[in-house]
Amino acid sequence: MKILTANDLATGDVVWWAGDGWSRLIVEAYDVGEKGEDIGRREEAARRVIGAYVIDGEQTADGPRPAHIKDRIRGLGPTVRPDLTLKPADPDIGKWVI
Amino acid sequence: MYQYDNYDQAMVDARVDEFRDQVKRRLEGKLTEDQFRPLRLMNGLYLQLHAYMLRVAVPYGTLSAKQMRMLGHIARKYDKGYGHFTTRQNIQYNWIKLSDAPDILADLASVEMHAIQTSGNCIRNISSDQYAGVAADEVVDPRPWAELLRQWSSFHPEFSYLPRKFKIAVIASEQDRAAMRLHDIGLELVKRDGVVGARVFAGGGMGRTPMVAPEINDFVTEDEIVSYVEACLRVYNRYGRRDNKYKARIKILVHELGVEEYRRQVAEEFAHMKTLGLNPPTEELARIAAYFADPVYETGLSDDLDRSDPDFALWLDRNVVAHKQPGYAIANISLKPVGGIPGDASAEQIELMADLAERYSMDELRVTHAQNIVLPYVKKADLYTLWRELEAAGLGEANIDQITDIIACPGLDYCSLANARSIPVAQKIAQRFTDNGKEATIGELKLKISGCINACGHHHAGHIGILGVDRKGVENYQLLLGGSGAEDCSLGTITGPGFDENGIVDAVEKVADLYLAQRNDDERFLDTYRRLGMAPFKEALYG
Repeated sequence: MKILTANDLATGDVVWWAGDGWSRLIVEAYDVGEKGEDIGRREEAARRVIGAYVIDGEQTADGPRPAHIKDRIRGLGPTVRPDLTLKPADPDIGKWVI
Repeated sequence: MYQYDNYDQAMVDARVDEFRDQVKRRLEGKLTEDQFRPLRLMNGLYLQLHAYMLRVAVPYGTLSAKQMRMLGHIARKYDKGYGHFTTRQNIQYNWIKLSDAPDILADLASVEMHAIQTSGNCIRNISSDQYAGVAADEVVDPRPWAELLRQWSSFHPEFSYLPRKFKIAVIASEQDRAAMRLHDIGLELVKRDGVVGARVFAGGGMGRTPMVAPEINDFVTEDEIVSYVEACLRVYNRYGRRDNKYKARIKILVHELGVEEYRRQVAEEFAHMKTLGLNPPTEELARIAAYFADPVYETGLSDDLDRSDPDFALWLDRNVVAHKQPGYAIANISLKPVGGIPGDASAEQIELMADLAERYSMDELRVTHAQNIVLPYVKKADLYTLWRELEAAGLGEANIDQITDIIACPGLDYCSLANARSIPVAQKIAQRFTDNGKEATIGELKLKISGCINACGHHHAGHIGILGVDRKGVENYQLLLGGSGAEDCSLGTITGPGFDENGIVDAVEKVADLYLAQRNDDERFLDTYRRLGMAPFKEALYG
């Protein structure tokens, strides 16, 4: 699958295109097919996000999983601070990245 | 320490107002990101992996207690409760909102701080010896020159758009605690026949093409240091490679021209500059130097220390350094607790260090390029109480310059440029050498980890260096041996094929084991490596 990601312009938060808007949860990432770059340009022009780019990923039982470790870390949060990740209660969540 | 005059304060306040307006215009759509990016970078605001990151300048690593307390306040109010002290003696915050950035800069300005010169192709924040002004071995206090260079370089119109970023370090001891020769320009203040001047080194640096700076001039008198540095920069600004960012640093120019030719061109430019009368007035240096006059030390203090508590004695041996004043000591606070994140400190810890500076260190702290904190003016009689308070706050690790005192860049956990994570590797190595008890016997060993070729973790200068690389989407770690950022400056050599995350920990242990088996008496790791050469280490790793 193709995933569109960016950072929220005002907050800098990592966001994922969820089909009808942006989500902070990678689990809600939507397969943008070939439309990702167009959507990214439109959303940047609308001043909602910056740094939009399309990545490869795969749909898994746990939801979308970016192909590259850098984007998995963006999706989760820093592996060395589980308390700051999307799943702070799960001490093994860092394994999702690796 | 230096205090802003009206001009300094007006300049910083004006910058806050200017940036507030720029952020407003960006959010209103009146500036595109292409237009805004260079403006935010001029104020230290990067876009990183998870959010905006703000890098705050700490000129030559010196902070007052009040400034340190403000850094804690910013961590708590605008970030997620912590900050990261960097190898440029600065601090950076990882979770900043663009809309908060002007308020943060205003808070910083209220304590004479800013984020200028922490990004972009300008002269970056000047770095120096963290023991400046208190070291027993220094010729003069280097901070007045560092401050003079800061004032000269701030918003210097000729050097605001250099071919690439430009880093200057100033030291004044034979012992180099600031990696001076790995800077674009390094100044070592010396005295010759009673006259203060500087040895000038140019063209050093780390990154993808590491080079040790050669000496360009063996003595420039103190009144001409700024002009000479300006001549060095003019030649670079004129001929530095603007067509290729990977060849744009001054080290490439000096290498390609050759040291002799670069020196000749600088001399020619310097001769021209002498006709222009651009040396800063000596009264200005005197005005600045007055801020760095010795504090009023108490006299008649005892140098005796009660070493009956073995943990305290270990901390004394590893973290406390001789002070030039009898009865006083320089105390290092390690930000490298085993299992912790190198350089990170919570808001509470930052505020506590500010309190401790007020109570025990004449209101002053220093940030080190090794990502630790220094209290420079501690009475020896206060050391035990200080240590107890540090211990209680998780800041009492006794490991300065030990194998667990690891420099590590933020790596792929935070940095958008990184190829691999640095912090988990640092944590695993520190844990391994604590659990196996070998840290206690190894002695001085500087281990430095970078998560990419940009070398923010100074891996080239580590006795043991580790470089994280991306091998087809998988983290891989190269091992380097034999680097040093000190007065015996050298660049590390790659041992051979890299290792995975667990393999690199094993590899470091193999290297350390060979050292322990082969060292002579109290020989440091670095000296054993230099005596033996790479071959036996390669054999231990790959044989």
